[in-house]
Amino acid sequence: MAMHPMEQFEVAPAMGMEHPLFHLFGYPIYFTNQSLLMVIVVAAASLFLSLAVKPGRLVPNKTQSLAEVSYEFVANMIHSATGEDGLKFFPFVFTLFVFVLFCNFFGMVPGSFTVTSQIAVTFSLACLVMVIVIGTGFAKHGIGFLKLFVPHAPWYLLILLIPIEIISFLTRPISLSVRLFANMLAGHTMLAVFAGFVILLGGAGGALSALSILPMALIVAIMLLELLVAFLQAYVFAILTCIYLNEALHLHDQH
Amino acid sequence: MDLQAAKMIGAGIACIALVGAGIGIGNVFGSYLTGALRNPGAAATQTTNLLLGFALCEATGLFGLVIALIILFT
Repeated sequence: MAMHPMEQFEVAPAMGMEHPLFHLFGYPIYFTNQSLLMVIVVAAASLFLSLAVKPGRLVPNKTQSLAEVSYEFVANMIHSATGEDGLKFFPFVFTLFVFVLFCNFFGMVPGSFTVTSQIAVTFSLACLVMVIVIGTGFAKHGIGFLKLFVPHAPWYLLILLIPIEIISFLTRPISLSVRLFANMLAGHTMLAVFAGFVILLGGAGGALSALSILPMALIVAIMLLELLVAFLQAYVFAILTCIYLNEALHLHDQH
Repeated sequence: MDLQAAKMIGAGIACIALVGAGIGIGNVFGSYLTGALRNPGAAATQTTNLLLGFALCEATGLFGLVIALIILFT
């Protein structure tokens, strides 16, 4: 094998930052390639969104309408999933969506690093979502938020349903983070495996070398699929956040 | 049996979970098309649910893949 397919997910100190920044509880804290990519992503996203709308054209050009479309897209999504009073969470959901989207897209650049393929990153994001959901629920309903775990059902079914509801609520951060992480990991591993085929076939010599064009063409097709997945996973992450917020805001009633 | 070989077999078996994801994703899109062709007017309103169903479905299969990777790399 020319290169191990999992090698691309290795977290290592960024170039020129081999010394730990500081020590926390005896553990060295490094500025890693992951931190570097996150800084780039945040800088690129904020620069793009602020510069695109800076001139404030009445008739937007291409760049400005891209920023406006993404804004309206998220606003419509929140409105349809949580109703009118969910719109006060717009900054949070929009930040999450843009961060995950840009992380996924920057990961698609060959040779870069996919931040969202690290479970530590996605699980932190999912935990942040759950903390905000639980916080909103208790702030809005007080102790009545616990009614979320009591569905409308006869009492003898509740004995069974309440534990199920609690377990399903508690596994949400896990499923939310593993979905994003596993999708990115699986996609990038697949790309690396097919790239390995190209190298192996190309190095075989003779007629086999000419055959290496086939996995190369497949890589292009998978790349397109991965771009779709990158957008879809950011969208799903954001809309699931909206759905969880909706439950915290309205309990079992529809908005 | 040698531990390394057993790990490989275990990882392969864990990947069978993706069969369920495949069936599920096919079902999601198939049902959407069936519904959309019967009532094209309502099709556009259901794309959110379509993508949501697709993502939820795919995630359950990927849990199996994650188990396979955990077996292989720990």
